[in-house]
Amino acid sequence: MPPLPAPAGPPAIVMTGVAVSAQREPDTTVASGINWTVNAGDYWVVAGPHGSGKSDFLMLTAELTAPRQGQYLFFGETMPIFDEARLKERLRLGLVFEDGHLLNHLTVAENVALPLRYHYNLDRSEAEAAVGELLAGTELTPWAKSTPGALGRSWQKRVGLARALALRPEVLLVDNPLGGLDPQHMRWWLGFLDRLAKGHNLMQGRPVTLVITTADFQPWKGQARQWAVLRNGGFEVLGPGAQP
Amino acid sequence: MEQGNVSALSSPLPRSLTAYVGRGLFRFLLTLQGLVAFALITLGVMISRFGAARQVIRPLVFHEVSRAGLRLLPMFLFMSMALGLVVIGQTVSWLKVVGAINFLGTVMVVVVVRELGPLVAALLVLARIGTANVIELGTARAMGEVEALEALGIDPVHYLVVPRVIGMALGVFALTVYLIIGALLSGYLWAFLQDVPLRPGEYFRQLANALSGLDFALLAVKTLAFGFIIALVTCYHGLAQPLRLEQVSGATVAAVAQSVVACVLIDALFILVYLVT
Repeated sequence: MPPLPAPAGPPAIVMTGVAVSAQREPDTTVASGINWTVNAGDYWVVAGPHGSGKSDFLMLTAELTAPRQGQYLFFGETMPIFDEARLKERLRLGLVFEDGHLLNHLTVAENVALPLRYHYNLDRSEAEAAVGELLAGTELTPWAKSTPGALGRSWQKRVGLARALALRPEVLLVDNPLGGLDPQHMRWWLGFLDRLAKGHNLMQGRPVTLVITTADFQPWKGQARQWAVLRNGGFEVLGPGAQP
Repeated sequence: MEQGNVSALSSPLPRSLTAYVGRGLFRFLLTLQGLVAFALITLGVMISRFGAARQVIRPLVFHEVSRAGLRLLPMFLFMSMALGLVVIGQTVSWLKVVGAINFLGTVMVVVVVRELGPLVAALLVLARIGTANVIELGTARAMGEVEALEALGIDPVHYLVVPRVIGMALGVFALTVYLIIGALLSGYLWAFLQDVPLRPGEYFRQLANALSGLDFALLAVKTLAFGFIIALVTCYHGLAQPLRLEQVSGATVAAVAQSVVACVLIDALFILVYLVT
């Protein structure tokens, strides 16, 4: 797939000499010396074997953990952003967790509505139309009133995706989206992410910058445009247009 | 860092009494440091985010007030009857024996209004709601819900802790008032059933004479403080440290023990206030 023309403005993500710590053991470094630039409109797949630190790397990219070393800039802003004043910048980034990480006491619709209601101070009825659109776009409407515990893992992942899209992020990080899915769900994810990268109706036609982690490059061939590998405590970019 | 220190402290039994005491003291100081920091963070968020996301936070506060207040009312009415029987019924019969029935009002105010009422209410709310807090929040933390909130730009303290703190403080205050009124009324009922020669008017006149404005003010402050501290301690143990599912029960036990100690210490502080004034 040919790369899209790079838009004006600072790159979405610039990492310089970044070291990633394990989320569960903050004193342990799982990868270091990461030099990486993600431009707006890129579609990256970052692969690595089990235990290589893909999720920890994505948590850092999502600003949930700070780099142990180095500098991380997100649209020119130094990361991580924790202060309230720069929250708007932070919300340009969305994250889909591998297991969904849904709020179990809320229904599917309430999970998707939460970021909208919280950040725009909306009551239930005001968020209803936007939530209905997101649920329809991710084929979750029949489960709108179910709690996450009543759904299978494949559908929980989709709820996580719908929730992450609620604030219309410019950059979407997705942790191992195809892990544990059957072929039908896998096809749906690949198709949906492809439409997001090109400009989905849910995002008002605006292309979303994607960073996907995976244990297996194979399903992503013909989908992604940029590739990188996390292995042996390092991060290797496979070069423009290169495929593994 | 803190977790590392705590895990070092939970290693096998110490070899000497000094090491045992030192380890206990060190662990106590670490917990105290964590609790104070958590309390300051919570207060900071309550102030800095006051009025923010009102459409989301206000229903959560109402839910917590209902959970830590209204829904416990039947149990508290039962407990007020029991407290009336145990304290007032017994006290009245003994005061009658020694001919000091005129002191009934004073005894009731000191025992029920100042001491037992607030403490019993706080301990019951701790048992029913405080434990549930630790389990809910500990499980949420272990299941990654806190990270999910952070990823969505939602402050977990604002969303999970602030409603619980407000709800529990108001809940303990309201339930204490009901508990005290119920205990005083049922106490008279038990006294009446024991043929104590005391008219209702005389009983309530004694109560009114024994009560002062300070009692009402300190009752409000004390019960709000109980609710605040129980919510803080239970939320701290559920949220402040990364938990695995198997650690939730241990966190619950620690939270209950520390909440009881904190409530008794606050109560002792208020006794000092009464003694000074």
